[in-house]
Amino acid sequence: MSKVIEKVLHFPSLRQKSLNTATRYFLMILFAFLIFGLILFVSGKDPIQSYKDMFRATFGSAYGFSEVIVAMTPMLITAIAVAIPARIGLINVGVEGQLYIGALFATWGALTFPNLPAWILLPGMVFLGMIGGGLWAFIPGFLKSIGLVNETITSLLLNSVAPSINSFFIFGFWHSARDTNITPNFVSAARLPTFFGTRVDLSFIFALGLLMLFWLFMKYTRWGLEMRAIGGNPQAARRNGIPLQLYIVIIMVIGGGMAGLAGMSQASGYYGLLLANFSNGLGFMGFLICWLAGGNPLGILLIAFVVAVITTGGNLLQLTQGLPYAVINILLAFTLFIVLARPTLFSNRKKS
Amino acid sequence: MSLLAILGVISSAIFSGTSLLYTTLGEVIGERSGIVNLGLEGILLVSASFGFAVTKTTGSPYLGILASVLAGGLMNMVFGYLVVTRRANQLASGLAVMFFGYGLSALIGKSFVGAKINPLPRYVLPGLSGLPLVYTSLFKFDFLIFLVVPVAVLIWWLLYRTRWGLGLRAVGENADTAFASGRNPQRIRYQALLLGGMLAGLGAAHLAIAYTMDWSEYMTAGRGFIAVALVIFSKWDPLRAIAGSLLFSAAVAFQLLLQSSGVQVSPFLLNTIPYLLTILVLIAWGGNRKQAAPASLGRVYAGSE
Amino acid sequence: MAFVSASENIAKPFVSMRGITKSFQAVLANDRLDLDLYPSEIHALLGENGAGKSTLMKILYGFYRCDAGVIRINGQEVGIHSPHDARNNKIGMVFQDFSLIPALSVAENIALFLPHLPAVLNIREINQHILEVSKRYDLEVNPRAMVSQLSVGEQQKVEILKLLLAEARLLILDEPTRVLAPHEAEALFKVLVSLRQDGYTIVLITHKMKEVLECADRITVLRGGHLAGTLLRSEASEDKLVSLMFEKKLVPLHVNREGKFSESGIPLLELKGAGTRLEGLVPGLKNINLKVHAGEIVGVAGVSGNGQKELGDLALGMIKCFRGRKFLFGKDSTSLSIQQMRRRGVGFIPENPLTMAIAPFMTVLQNMALTRTWSYARAGGMRMEWKSVKDDAEKTMQALEFSFPLYVPARSLSGGNLQRMVIVREMTHEPRLIIASYLTRGLDVQSTIAARQALVQARDKGAGVLFISEDLEELFTLSDRLVILYGGSMVGSFKPDETNVFEVGHLMTGSEVQHVQSN
Repeated sequence: MSKVIEKVLHFPSLRQKSLNTATRYFLMILFAFLIFGLILFVSGKDPIQSYKDMFRATFGSAYGFSEVIVAMTPMLITAIAVAIPARIGLINVGVEGQLYIGALFATWGALTFPNLPAWILLPGMVFLGMIGGGLWAFIPGFLKSIGLVNETITSLLLNSVAPSINSFFIFGFWHSARDTNITPNFVSAARLPTFFGTRVDLSFIFALGLLMLFWLFMKYTRWGLEMRAIGGNPQAARRNGIPLQLYIVIIMVIGGGMAGLAGMSQASGYYGLLLANFSNGLGFMGFLICWLAGGNPLGILLIAFVVAVITTGGNLLQLTQGLPYAVINILLAFTLFIVLARPTLFSNRKKS
Repeated sequence: MSLLAILGVISSAIFSGTSLLYTTLGEVIGERSGIVNLGLEGILLVSASFGFAVTKTTGSPYLGILASVLAGGLMNMVFGYLVVTRRANQLASGLAVMFFGYGLSALIGKSFVGAKINPLPRYVLPGLSGLPLVYTSLFKFDFLIFLVVPVAVLIWWLLYRTRWGLGLRAVGENADTAFASGRNPQRIRYQALLLGGMLAGLGAAHLAIAYTMDWSEYMTAGRGFIAVALVIFSKWDPLRAIAGSLLFSAAVAFQLLLQSSGVQVSPFLLNTIPYLLTILVLIAWGGNRKQAAPASLGRVYAGSE
Repeated sequence: MAFVSASENIAKPFVSMRGITKSFQAVLANDRLDLDLYPSEIHALLGENGAGKSTLMKILYGFYRCDAGVIRINGQEVGIHSPHDARNNKIGMVFQDFSLIPALSVAENIALFLPHLPAVLNIREINQHILEVSKRYDLEVNPRAMVSQLSVGEQQKVEILKLLLAEARLLILDEPTRVLAPHEAEALFKVLVSLRQDGYTIVLITHKMKEVLECADRITVLRGGHLAGTLLRSEASEDKLVSLMFEKKLVPLHVNREGKFSESGIPLLELKGAGTRLEGLVPGLKNINLKVHAGEIVGVAGVSGNGQKELGDLALGMIKCFRGRKFLFGKDSTSLSIQQMRRRGVGFIPENPLTMAIAPFMTVLQNMALTRTWSYARAGGMRMEWKSVKDDAEKTMQALEFSFPLYVPARSLSGGNLQRMVIVREMTHEPRLIIASYLTRGLDVQSTIAARQALVQARDKGAGVLFISEDLEELFTLSDRLVILYGGSMVGSFKPDETNVFEVGHLMTGSEVQHVQSN
């Protein structure tokens, strides 16, 4: 314990830094809500009443709160999928695509092996999901490591390819009798179990576990250390003997694997089937959350939570106040604009 | 496969490719100055919805086109403020603009879904009026279509034959050198984004007002991202962009034709072709070690020290 | 001292600099320098690295602002605050690493800097203009070619044309022949002579003796930021110039020369016929034959830019030689990765720790572990044993008598402490071979002494050191053997007491010397 204190004292800026970060997050959230209120007002709705409704719906009931968790979970995982490569300076905008391919692989597992028991099928699907996403991320990762193409461009392009591949399989081979856009329902063995009659499923545990593992990994392990060294100064890391190229490929694949897991959990948990174009920008949202949080696991948790509250509350307001869903997008965008425009309140951003 | 069918493909390609070409041209200009705009999709949607709304309310498609162009320029200026003046990350800013566009366009267009507007007059290609109706109806184009290739050539001329274009390309390659030559990279980037945004607005106008004559949420269906890919595919060259847009739209039209003829090629797989081709092309150049992309694309210009 | 120029009629200087003083933080780069430049002359600015030549010219070009001093053009005092001002005053400069845009054509690169460019470009006219000027001065290039396709020599021609067409009358060339082949350098001098004929003033920043004596009309020698002297070419000789360029005194740093090295043992490091590729503007190494034995410090002298950095990187494994072979402890190690080299006991201390050796935002202690993460990892890599890292580091710190905080972010350390940190890290695991590349560059006196002592200590314990430096004094006092690099080749190899500063100075500047005793 004394060692910890010694370390903290030796690190005079540590306390100051965490205070700054907390203030920053708090202010961001405050801004978001202020602007939302403004938009509501301008649209002719009563902001106070809207907020009351929103809070009652999301925090007032256990089920409401659980809906927030449901919305938050996939974004947590996609944010991790961006955060891991970001530690070594890679920009993984390809999460959208990796998401789809992960879902694809997992769906194949669900539809091909409907008779397996859950305790074999589900882990298998998780595995398949991760392989799918990892594979999709391998392409940009490999190309980057041999210095051919920038990973941002390739992963963006692949984003647009993946949903088409999914649709191809759904339409061509897997579609259900009633609708060509979706597969038949997964058997219950292929579905992630939910909790307490809510829609929160096992993927929430995955997400929390992954966040924790990510944090522990980066802080304590040898590879976390080497990754941070690469992120801090890639050329110096190379001179110090750290195998840069190997890391680029492996870490991109791991990031993709996470995205694939998110895809699998959407298909298996949330929907219970594979729906064409099921992602409404989940991958991009994950990118933005990670970017806003500076890649910090706690920040990711916090910001994903806030975004989930906004979207869930917005969904509700759509029903109660006749507010178009579009407003949510505008709110999110405005929040981002403010953070991006970096007014002096939010200074001290390392990432750019 | 009859001649009519083939001509139908070409006609369809021209119709749907025009908006794509305008948009791609706009992005070429922006990227040539070093800025990549992932929010193009959102900008297209806002311009389209605004243009459509104005067309419906004023009854004049010309005013609608003007409105769309202005909206596109304005949206890109917002984007420009973030990435040029505030030096924000271009990817994140682009995505923010995308979300903004999704939301704003839905709001603007809400009361206009399914509305009918006055169409733009269409003219037969000069010299063809003697042919039977069944052919000429395929090749009756509105003025925006007639203008698109000349505009592309104009943009080419602007980039390669004017002092402004030279400065713009220099900024996109090496903003420090451009600065050393007495130019102001930030101002040039704003100019590029304004022009690019207006062209994107023009593309959106053609899509909503001249082609589909309709508004629905997310109607641009990824055209913004396709344009970004096409810019890469055309090696940032406005003339090649003509070919690229035409090829892409033709592929889509062709695939529809195949389907109706009973040939089973999955439309989804065909959809992936432009992107896969672009990746292959990138790999091919990458080995050349001489990047075709503007050298400072995506990088933040720190300004003079 | 009245100077009569080649045209014999003009006696007033075109540009006159008086009392130019400039410091960068603690370093005084220019100390009250005076310089006159006349029309129709080729003026060489000679000096070692750090002498201040580039700085002086960058001030003239408006790239830096001087702390004190006056610049006059044609007798009028002017303020030059930016390269734009300089160009308006008809002054142009070609930098060492060029400022051309590879993706644009020759004509476009030149057009960017043309003072009266019309809004609509008349390509044909521009091309014609370029052809005219290039023909006149023998700088022929294809105006339509893309710069990326040009050779280095051709790119230089474009840079000069750029200045000429921008109507400069004073051309400053910074180390122009650094990456040119001998025949290309010859061609360049012919061009300079014909330019001088037409009244241009040319300033040639260089460290190469031959060039200076071949084509300069007047020579100004700088040393350590001071003006060492200005001579006419007729008054100058190699010996005289070398004596002006290099300090005569040698501060005695007592070094125990009874090193334990035996030449008969297997060398720790051996390079046989090693050559590296020419990468853009970086000269490649040519046919390097070098041995470093245990208990020996091999010093590598040379003016920076002659391949020293490449040599250090080659020895480490950062770049691979495409010709020849590299042997570590007797075994072929040409294709080993850096990690493999380090595992076998190779340490590397580069010149700029902040950019080349450490992760700035991680703590000092964390940085300590970066070169040998595998040896401190426990439980299969799941955790790091920081106590061992700390103990090892502290042990070395004690042995070297260094002291710096461990738990602060690395970038908060001063330059001197950063280098100490890197030295501690590299020395901690008793490396058998140490590559030190400019390790005392930019360091304060105390840190410099400490760093040198650390190297000597390591040598005394039996390590071998490849010591790359630009400080001749340091090289002479510390090295057991000295080699000189010039233009990517080794041009000499002696024991320090077999030679002297002047001889080495000659070799460093490319002039030939009879005494070469190869090892």
